[in-house]
Amino acid sequence: MNQDLRREREAASFNPELLTHVLDGSPESTRRRREIENLILNDPDFQHEDLNFLTRSQRYEVAVRKSATMVKKMREFGIADPEEIMWFKRMHLVNFVEPVGLNFSMFIPTLLNQGTTAQQEKWLLSSKGLQIIGTYAQTEMGHGTHLRGLETTATYDPETQEFILNSPTVTSIKWWPGGLGKTSNHAIVLAQLITKGKCYGLHAFIVPIREIGTHKPLPGITVGDIGPKFGYDEMDNGYLKMDNYRIPRENMLMKHAQVKPDGTYVKPVSNKLTYGTMVFVRSFLVGEAARSLSKACTIAIRYSAVRHQSEIKPGEPEPQILDFQTQQYKLFPLLATAYAFQFVGAYMKETYHRINEDIGQGDLSELPELHALTAGLKAFTSWTTNAAIEACRMACGGHGYSHCSGLPNIYVTFTPTCTFEGENTVMMLQTARFLMKSYDQVHAGKLVCGMVSYLNGLPTQRIQPQQVAVWPAVVDIDSPDSLTEAYKLRATRLVEIAAKNLQNEVIHRKSKEVAWNLTSVDLVRASEAHCHYVAVKLFSEKLLKIEDKSVHAVLRNLCLLYCLYGISQKAGDFLQGSIMTESEITQVNQRIKELLIAIRPDAVALVDAFDFQDVTLGSVLGRYDGNVYENLFEWAKKSPLNKSEVHESYFKYLKPLQSKL
Amino acid sequence: MGAAFLPGAAPGRCSVLGTSSCTQVLSTTQGSKQLGQKYLSSGSRQLQARMGSPVHRVSLGDTWSRQVHPNIESERHIQSFNVESLINILDGGAQNTALRRKVESIIHSDPEFSLKYNYFMTQNERYVAAVQRKFHLQTIAKRLGWSENSLEFYYAYRALSGELALTLHHVFLKSLRSLGSEEQIAKWTPLCNEFQIIASYAQTELGHGTNLRGLETEATYDAATQEFVVHSPTLTATKWWPGDMGRSATHTLVQAQLICSGARQGMHAFIVPIRSLQDHTPLPGVTVGDIGPKMDFDHADHGFLQLDHVRIPRENMLSRFAQVLPDGTYVKLGTLQTNYFSLVVVRVDLLLGEIIPLLQKACVIAIRYSVIRRQSSIRPSDPEAKILDYQTQQQKLFPQLATAYAFHFLASSLLEFLHSSYDAILNKDFSHLPELHALSAGIKAMTSDLCLQGTELCRQACGGHGYSKLSGLPSLVSRVTASCTYEGDNTVLYLQTARFLVKNYLQAQAQATPGSTLQKSLPQSIAYLTTTDLARCPAQKAADFLHPKLYTTAWAHVATRLIKDSVHHLETVMQSGADWDEAWNQTTVIHLQAAKAHCFYISVKSFTETLEKLENHPAVQQVLKRLCDLYALHGILTNAGDFLHDGFLSGAQVDAVRTAYLDLLRLIRKDAILLTDAFDFTDQCLNSALGCYDGNVYERLFHWAQKSPTNTQRNPAYEKYLRPLLQSWRSKL
Repeated sequence: MNQDLRREREAASFNPELLTHVLDGSPESTRRRREIENLILNDPDFQHEDLNFLTRSQRYEVAVRKSATMVKKMREFGIADPEEIMWFKRMHLVNFVEPVGLNFSMFIPTLLNQGTTAQQEKWLLSSKGLQIIGTYAQTEMGHGTHLRGLETTATYDPETQEFILNSPTVTSIKWWPGGLGKTSNHAIVLAQLITKGKCYGLHAFIVPIREIGTHKPLPGITVGDIGPKFGYDEMDNGYLKMDNYRIPRENMLMKHAQVKPDGTYVKPVSNKLTYGTMVFVRSFLVGEAARSLSKACTIAIRYSAVRHQSEIKPGEPEPQILDFQTQQYKLFPLLATAYAFQFVGAYMKETYHRINEDIGQGDLSELPELHALTAGLKAFTSWTTNAAIEACRMACGGHGYSHCSGLPNIYVTFTPTCTFEGENTVMMLQTARFLMKSYDQVHAGKLVCGMVSYLNGLPTQRIQPQQVAVWPAVVDIDSPDSLTEAYKLRATRLVEIAAKNLQNEVIHRKSKEVAWNLTSVDLVRASEAHCHYVAVKLFSEKLLKIEDKSVHAVLRNLCLLYCLYGISQKAGDFLQGSIMTESEITQVNQRIKELLIAIRPDAVALVDAFDFQDVTLGSVLGRYDGNVYENLFEWAKKSPLNKSEVHESYFKYLKPLQSKL
Repeated sequence: MGAAFLPGAAPGRCSVLGTSSCTQVLSTTQGSKQLGQKYLSSGSRQLQARMGSPVHRVSLGDTWSRQVHPNIESERHIQSFNVESLINILDGGAQNTALRRKVESIIHSDPEFSLKYNYFMTQNERYVAAVQRKFHLQTIAKRLGWSENSLEFYYAYRALSGELALTLHHVFLKSLRSLGSEEQIAKWTPLCNEFQIIASYAQTELGHGTNLRGLETEATYDAATQEFVVHSPTLTATKWWPGDMGRSATHTLVQAQLICSGARQGMHAFIVPIRSLQDHTPLPGVTVGDIGPKMDFDHADHGFLQLDHVRIPRENMLSRFAQVLPDGTYVKLGTLQTNYFSLVVVRVDLLLGEIIPLLQKACVIAIRYSVIRRQSSIRPSDPEAKILDYQTQQQKLFPQLATAYAFHFLASSLLEFLHSSYDAILNKDFSHLPELHALSAGIKAMTSDLCLQGTELCRQACGGHGYSKLSGLPSLVSRVTASCTYEGDNTVLYLQTARFLVKNYLQAQAQATPGSTLQKSLPQSIAYLTTTDLARCPAQKAADFLHPKLYTTAWAHVATRLIKDSVHHLETVMQSGADWDEAWNQTTVIHLQAAKAHCFYISVKSFTETLEKLENHPAVQQVLKRLCDLYALHGILTNAGDFLHDGFLSGAQVDAVRTAYLDLLRLIRKDAILLTDAFDFTDQCLNSALGCYDGNVYERLFHWAQKSPTNTQRNPAYEKYLRPLLQSWRSKL
């Protein structure tokens, strides 16, 4: 092991294993997770060439292989528990990308939720066994987040009892669905249902797209891959165009709404379950943000302990770059953020499961808040993580730009999270809608509960949005609780400002919607402040549950750093709202520097506690053993450009360049 | 990463740089203004005239693009200013615009230069294509008589988005000229120009980057044979990252520790042949290759190089400033300060030649796409709205557009300063060098930082499609992000600026003490440190914040306060017993903050000064003033804490800034498309399915996707893995 890393690990003030147990939930979970990871690591089928040296087509091939054999492997290993499946997939799949994944995550669940018993009988078994491969086609080239805008039509023809599917415009071509380009032979297509000359809105249809046996697109179907992307090379995101393509009436999923053979439309009863899926996916994404950021921090911090550069004092040997204050200031707040998001992610998962049980018993009361919270937190954590991964990459200097660092890959794999499953700004505005509703309730004299209950403290008759006297005078910058309080006040204030500005615009504009648009910048700010408060609150509450003293001490420092760094970045909000004074802000900045020094000796142990396997990190710079440079050189030698000693282009262009000129 | 990782230094040297300097921009546009007046009578004639100009209005010759999309056409109907005038201003004169378009038409009409398939290529294919383009360009240049440092080359580079190989040639030549003796310059320059040799520049090592003194490669003089023995003593001494070195270069300029007569003499530059001129194989003792895949820059073969006691003649050490005599005596011939100067030139070149256009292109793509893309409706009864009509979208994109303009003018004025100091420096008058060095370091850091943020923001503002490479945006992001660490890591650069600020501030303080005899005025860019400063901002309402003088002063105030603070912190730590170096490291976070504020102030100031010179173009001046206002106010809001901290702005004033800022978004909205048109990028150069002039976004996206190898080649994964799965079903049928 690299000497620097060895020293770092020996000097740590706590046992990282205990912290790993906290992150996993229990020592037993850690044990079982490692057991599963080792099963995969020791499996020869898992091996493949370094993806960085493969073409896109080859990467896709590797992913299909893994994806296609996964069901079998899991059966072999006896893995069935959802949590265990997740551990398995994270280790087994490349970048968590699974070309046949939408078959399991969207096709089958939609079939179960919206298909009749007969329909389930017909398709469920073969899709579960991957004898048919399904995907889910919703997004169109010209339409994303706004579902009602989708243009694909399914027109019922009572004579043949068929639906005629059409992509009437270029913008209506289905675009982006994963696994659609090359892998799937069936798709659940969302289309505007038209029967008896009337449009009934979006419905789901099972559409065969490729011929069984030859895998060729069926007549009337144009299907293919949408081309290269920033990342997700392993995924065949696809397009689908349908021209008067006929499917039998039975292919419309009819558990809720129905079209009778004569074309009569029967309305659905209720449809709250899809709401639940969205909430699940988004709360899952919060956890993924935490994981991606944790990986990036692991790489950047380990490398910063191995890398030596420049000098702090002239004449002395080059120090580890982790000893530079600027490097600590770049990385440690991000490390603190990674821990904050780990706890937010865990909270979201628990809450989802708890509320899901309530829903099962018919209690939907908590769903609106959960829905609003997941939307905002998905946006808040993914935006922060997106910028933070980039910051980690740049903190590795030039080598961070090479694929050997693994950081470009983590970045490009994570970044679509900001735009998929609900574009972030739209998500923030959904949370804002809930905040405004809660604010109105408080004004109408009702109490609100849950994470927004702080709004109950608003004096209802206040005219000025910022009255100094209301806030407590002193914030204790060494108390997570007091800091949480400060964040709460900031959220209260920004929610109130957004609400007042909205009311103001409503008075001046003709319509509420125009007013909403003209206040949307304020509304997004309010949502961000709300989410930031939630993150701070969850982190400080988590501290109470940590039993081991040394782990508690180090997490407490991280929690303080997370809180204080946020205040320093948003000092304007805290000053303008008179939540903190100038001298308090000065103290905050001073305290941050002290915390950097306090965290420094534990930095490597803190990233070790995330317990990532080297293969999961995919990084030469972030290796556990710290033997960076030797491996960097070995890695580069495998580059495709090094396959021949003299490159072909020399004979083609370089030699003639000398003679022809 | 060192100078070696130049993405392809724009061929501009001072001959080019001079012509685009700011004063000349403004004087030459007098002529084009008269030209412009002809069009003022009729908007449509104006449009026609612009449409009539070559290349840049023809969208790639695709059949569906004969018509401009009505949603973008309508944006161009009402022109509150003359776009062509603004184009000329940006180009530095109408004659430059004309020349640029001429070069673009030559490049784009030649299929050999096509960038169409770039997004589908492997690293290897892109490298080969870049070599081929370079080869072709040299052939054409020879035929048309373009000289190496001409504007024509500069524009060709722009038209090809820098997708050319062998660009390190220029860095080699630059270093040769500043570090080589006259004989050395005379010997090597023609070899380079005629491509008899292919040269590269090797500084950065596997284990060492920004800190030059840490480099490990050694060159030991052997008096017996009159040779240097160049050697990589450790693995970390391996040269790593130099461009063009992995596969192409025959020679490279190696920075190494000179050892002669048993003494170490520090870093010197040596010309080392690395590949055979006969068959291109590595020479004995040389291990050289490509460093492997990166985020982008696939076209450049960044390389590694290990030297095992490679011998080169004594004459191969560049010896303008130091020489080793045949007997091994080391002779110093002058100061190495001009070495810094070449760093400065390279950084300034990068701004307009590489970094800023990346943000400009991202703005063009995102804003054009945002008037084609419709999503939801603002009122339920309305049709789906253009996403550019959403306040949140405007708030994302317009500050980036303003930044793109601000940086163009900032870089131009820096260039002007560089140009005016150039002759003095050649005559060994180095008085401007520290200021120039500090400015170029800080501005490079700020520009690359904010261009990266802006480009990434533009990419995300295009939603899912921004993730597709066909949008052009991922490539822009991955290119601009490299600029944050090459040519000096940004943090290190900011701190260089900070050192300059602290030093001058302390000097000014010393002068201010009674009895001081020193009477040297501060360099012009930091003169504001000693001017009398208001304690409170006098603005009373939102409209007051639209006065350039007011917000420039506000930025000067904050920068001054932060610099004072940083000095104060430094002194406090030193009083508690730390020495200067220790104290410096303990206070770098605040120095960083101070340097950032200083650079932002400089950029606001240069923008306002540019506006002042545009009196003869009132309409252009008005539209640019809005961008300038937006730029400055966005900066204030982003850093509101700094302005509130000492009560310079009150809470109510910050609210007023926000009001003014939101109003500006609405005003800029109507000119947004024209402001992106004014950058005058050709569709070929943008290479974006989302950002073409004609707005035919979706057709193009669909057609481009068809060309992907995933669609044109067979699918081996089906045969190997999918078919066996599916067949198990067929057997059941």
